[in-house]
Amino acid sequence: MTQIDEQQVRHIAHLSRLDLSDEEIAQYGRQLGEVLAYVEQLNEVDTEGVEPTAHAMPVSNVFREDVPAESLGVEKALQNAPDKATPYFKVPKVLDQQSA
Amino acid sequence: MSDLKIRPIIGLEVHVQLATRTKLFCPCELEFAAEPNSRTCPVCLGLPGALPVMNRQAFEYAVLGGLALGCDIAPLTKWDRKSYYYPDMPKNYQTSQYDLPVAFDGSFEILASDGTTKKIGIIRAHLEEDAGKNMHEGLDHTRVDLNRAGTPLLEIVTQPDIDNADDAYTFCVELQRLVRFLGISDADMQKGQMRFEPNVNVSITTPDGTEYRTPISEVKNLNSFRSVRGAIEYEIQRQVHAWEDDHGYTLANKGKQNYGWNDAREVTEFQRGKEESHDYRYFPEPDLVPAMLDDSAIESFRARVGELPLARERRYIECYGMTQKDCEIILADLPTAELYEAAANSGADPKTLTKQFVGVWNQLASTHNTTISRLGINSEVVADLAKLVDAGTISASAASQIAEHIYKTGIAQTAGVADIAAKLGLIQERDEGRLEAWIDEVFAANAQAIEDALQNPKKAKAAAGFLRGQLMKVSQGKADPKLAGDLIEKKLNALKDGAD
Ligand SMILES: [Zn+2]
Repeated sequence: MTQIDEQQVRHIAHLSRLDLSDEEIAQYGRQLGEVLAYVEQLNEVDTEGVEPTAHAMPVSNVFREDVPAESLGVEKALQNAPDKATPYFKVPKVLDQQSA
Repeated sequence: MSDLKIRPIIGLEVHVQLATRTKLFCPCELEFAAEPNSRTCPVCLGLPGALPVMNRQAFEYAVLGGLALGCDIAPLTKWDRKSYYYPDMPKNYQTSQYDLPVAFDGSFEILASDGTTKKIGIIRAHLEEDAGKNMHEGLDHTRVDLNRAGTPLLEIVTQPDIDNADDAYTFCVELQRLVRFLGISDADMQKGQMRFEPNVNVSITTPDGTEYRTPISEVKNLNSFRSVRGAIEYEIQRQVHAWEDDHGYTLANKGKQNYGWNDAREVTEFQRGKEESHDYRYFPEPDLVPAMLDDSAIESFRARVGELPLARERRYIECYGMTQKDCEIILADLPTAELYEAAANSGADPKTLTKQFVGVWNQLASTHNTTISRLGINSEVVADLAKLVDAGTISASAASQIAEHIYKTGIAQTAGVADIAAKLGLIQERDEGRLEAWIDEVFAANAQAIEDALQNPKKAKAAAGFLRGQLMKVSQGKADPKLAGDLIEKKLNALKDGAD
């Protein structure tokens, strides 16, 4: 069975911005191992000569024409936000770090 | 430092915003400076269950851009999720392209600062979405505007083939010209439609032949050509000095580092290394299907790209006698260049055409706040107008009136250019009998000027000019000025001969 050690769980939790207790880390490590083991059963399938695919369906070239449609508008867009400073979403202060 | 051999190694990452009307995966309209969050929907807000659908126009623009950069186009291209957590990207991943970018392995030619042409290798060009905007200046919290989220970007990554800041600057300028020429981006720097991230390090060879490489600096998010040049120049100096202070300042020891550019102080500033920035956990985007292009589709895109602006500029200067300034106007976009060439091919004189593109058509366009390609004119009209001026049928200034008339009536309603000239009374009189009758009238009414022209060498030139002016007045501007001038001179000479 695939082992997920404590370090890996902490790493994944950090990437997912989750704050986990020590008990949770032990518990999730065990559960993640089980999930991976389950998925690993796929390794038993003989894929010799099968082309790799990026998608489950043999479909390609699905496009939309470049024609504008109505957006939600500010009020609806912000409706479910935990916090807002209309017309903005309001979140805890983050460091300025550009990523795109 | 003088006995060190210094060779800068520079690569560029450029984000170009594609000129679509709507976002990449949803039909929200792209509008600069719209009310924050007013251009959002479940897809670009990243709401659960929303499904993205690819914008065809954005995909085609990416293919055109890739081809123009000399790239191979992937027969099969797909999108991937690049995971990261940040409020400007509420899905917690950016839809981008990882292992199968739409375009790869290209090269793009620039006119280098040493006067040669240089080919800059293109590693890849891929289609991805932009993030929203975070604002926290002077606030105790962060405000998020997601209008920009989902804007289509073409990310272009060059090989580290550039060895000085001026050539990096030129690359960026030439790239802007290219995307504008193709019409795939407005590339408006003021609106952040082109953003640059230079990767800079330096190879330093000591007199004993040992080579050192300084750590690579990635300078983030520059949005002007000037800052690209400034940041690279600064980085080269900074890295060489840092290495001189400490020979352990090397790529092997320090790796890659992020820097920001302080525009006011004109220095780069170290940014805390992005933690685990390599751990984007890319995986195929299950909500989007791949795009496939066969050879014939790729070839038809290639035909739409044609000859690139730099090559055209060279040819236009050589074959048509244009200046670089002329080229700026005529190579503003592909339709304008094609319009010019079609008119030239149909027998209009290139010099006259160039003069009219710059003078008549460009002026008409700027008067009406548009571009030559949007005036709705065709090559026949453009060629005929040039031919009429060359034949002396109309004056150069009449050409502008005719152009204005064509623009106002619309080309569909336009009779032949010559008919318009006639209708507007702009045909120049070249009938010598008519001209001579006018000249007789002018001479009869201006005895003093004739006397000056014949007998007062100090005033002769001015007097002849006066007579020509009177003739234009009498003819209500219809006389062909050159022919009329010749006839006036002939008549004055005849009078002189008679007097002698
Ligand atoms: Zn949207």
